[in-house]
Amino acid sequence: MNDLLVANSVSKSYGNFKALNEVSIAVPKGSIFGLLGPNGAGKTTLIRIINQITMPDDGNVMLDGQPLTAEHVRDIGYLPEERGLYKSMKVGEQCLYLAQLKGLSKSEAKTRLKYWFDKLEIGDWWNKKIQELSKGQAQKIQFIVTVLHQPKLLIFDEPFSGFDPINANLIKDEILQLRDEGATVIFSTHRMESVEELCDHIALIHQSNKVLDGKLNDIKRQYKTNTFEIGLESLDKEKVFSEIQAKFEVLPATFKNLNDDIKLNIKTNEQTSPNDLLSFLTSKAQVNHFVEVIPSASDIFIQTVKNN
Amino acid sequence: MNHLPLIIKREYFTKVKNKSFIVMTFLSPLIMIALIAVVAYLSQLNNDKHRTISVLDETGYLEDVFQDTENTNYTNLNGLSLEDAIVLVKEKEDYGLLYVSKANSLDDIEGHVKFYSEDSPSLSIISGIEQRIEKRLKEKKLELDGVSMAQIEASQTNIDIAQESFDGQKSSKIDNVVKLAFGGAAGYLLFMFIIIYGNMIMRSVIEEKTSRIIEVIISSVKPIQLMMGKIIGTSLAGITQFIIWVILGGVLMFIVSAIFGIDLAQVQSPQQEMVNQAMQAGDPQVMAENLITAISNLPLLNLIIAFLFFFIGGYLLYSSLYAAIGAAVDNETDTQQFMLPILMPLMLAVYVGVFTVIEDPHGTVSTVFSFIPLTSPVVMLMRIPFGVPLWQQGLSLLLLIGTFVFAVWFAAKIYRVGILMYGKKPTYKELFKWLKY
Repeated sequence: MNDLLVANSVSKSYGNFKALNEVSIAVPKGSIFGLLGPNGAGKTTLIRIINQITMPDDGNVMLDGQPLTAEHVRDIGYLPEERGLYKSMKVGEQCLYLAQLKGLSKSEAKTRLKYWFDKLEIGDWWNKKIQELSKGQAQKIQFIVTVLHQPKLLIFDEPFSGFDPINANLIKDEILQLRDEGATVIFSTHRMESVEELCDHIALIHQSNKVLDGKLNDIKRQYKTNTFEIGLESLDKEKVFSEIQAKFEVLPATFKNLNDDIKLNIKTNEQTSPNDLLSFLTSKAQVNHFVEVIPSASDIFIQTVKNN
Repeated sequence: MNHLPLIIKREYFTKVKNKSFIVMTFLSPLIMIALIAVVAYLSQLNNDKHRTISVLDETGYLEDVFQDTENTNYTNLNGLSLEDAIVLVKEKEDYGLLYVSKANSLDDIEGHVKFYSEDSPSLSIISGIEQRIEKRLKEKKLELDGVSMAQIEASQTNIDIAQESFDGQKSSKIDNVVKLAFGGAAGYLLFMFIIIYGNMIMRSVIEEKTSRIIEVIISSVKPIQLMMGKIIGTSLAGITQFIIWVILGGVLMFIVSAIFGIDLAQVQSPQQEMVNQAMQAGDPQVMAENLITAISNLPLLNLIIAFLFFFIGGYLLYSSLYAAIGAAVDNETDTQQFMLPILMPLMLAVYVGVFTVIEDPHGTVSTVFSFIPLTSPVVMLMRIPFGVPLWQQGLSLLLLIGTFVFAVWFAAKIYRVGILMYGKKPTYKELFKWLKY
């Protein structure tokens, strides 16, 4: 079994509204799995089903090869998008309570909390009330509580919202470290740059259906258009340009380049290899920029959603 | 995994450590006692007021009718004219002037009685005067018909019916009063408990929603566990508060009456008046004995057991409904529309208890309402001191438990959907739809 979590054609309706329509995903062990989709697509419903907060109408979810049971709450750490803490409860008490709800013993929870509080340098918050903390500070507590019981599966829904860039980086590094220590992460966000940075698998849900799913690199390969950004230096710009135009499809270029020379995007077909293109270009002019255009996660997202 | 004890513990300690809870716990009995003391003091003040009423009787029939009492003196102004009498009464600043003008015969006199005063006189004084005049006139008339005063006095009888049930248990009027007191106290206690602590449960559910912690919690525990934990934890906090109130109230009552010498027990409440009437100023020692027998005549064991079951059953039933309301709404102002269906049966139960159980504890209305689950806890608790067959109690309890189980199921459904719904105030129709999710 290489997949930690498998959802098999999960469906869920609220009245007449179908929130999920036979969605299947497989989250490989040790991966960071990006669960993407526009607002209202059904991501949160799927996450809630994985957390057994709501029950699916149809289909099932397997964790580590077993159908979900109440015991599995210990194996999952969930940071919901709608999150908060008891405002008038002290930080320490609250962490202990939430940790015990996840099945840790009190003393075990204390030891681990001390480790995390020292690591994030927030030891002096222990006796403060949540309402005395700032939003970002409360988020840190929330993060600790989510990962404290060392679950096999971590689910983060917009984990970076409310953090300044420094703390966002801190949390990002913690997530990567947890992944390296063996945890599997489901990561739901609208920030495509963090998908780019973190995820190795993604699934895209749109209007209650899964429309895309796979390794991020494979998907990018699928979506690439054999387009190259080209920068050329030549004395006779017009001649070079028309020669290229005769042979290839030329698109306007948008990339930035130091030299104020010929800038263009060239779209080739499947038969032309990058080397063919490059050798053609070097025979015509000095090449100072040659990059294959790889679609970003954001491009893929927008393109897929628009096409569906 | 059973998290119930953990949740109960948290709910309990958060409630008990809450500042406003602590303040309320210790301040309420103080305020209550202070209030009672003030009322007692004021009513004493009122009783101490001394007044003089002048009487001008031109008929001569009412001689000796008005004897001075502790607080009221009567002065006889016979011989003066009405105008002079009024001037005199005004000068002396008397309470008022009772004027009976000359009448031709005894039958005629009723239209000839008048009371003059600065302000309108108190109702009790007027009715007291009326009663005395009526009594005197009745005696005079009887005398005219040839009945002597001695005969009239001899005709007075005082009946105190001795009561005995078919199986030979003796009882007296005081029994009923004691039964009413026990039943009423139990029913009222339950009513207060539901209102105060039901609301507390509702607020704590709403708090979890508004602070958005609910989704975190719900990913670890089942909603029904959370709900039951809340209900039990809050109830325990409530019981703690109640015990402190009773102890503190008792001690304070003792201290206040010792220091200020105000007899707080003398503050007349309607029940106490009933007790007094029932006792009819008999020999205090006999009365005390009667009271003790009355209490020991109560089905005490039945009362205590039934109290526990109906109290717990009724309280849990209502609190699960309160929890469901809390889950259905976002903030307290939205709770109003859902509160009404809860408060209605509760109020109804108290009214039925007060008006019909007292009148006829085993009548149709009382019996029926002691079976309907939403009213049965209060009504049945009020009926039990009067002796309710065990099968009735059992059936009623069974119905109550059945409804409770249904209510918990219902509340849990609303709860599990409602706690994750934000932003919109649901309608009843939507609530009904949630049941099917």
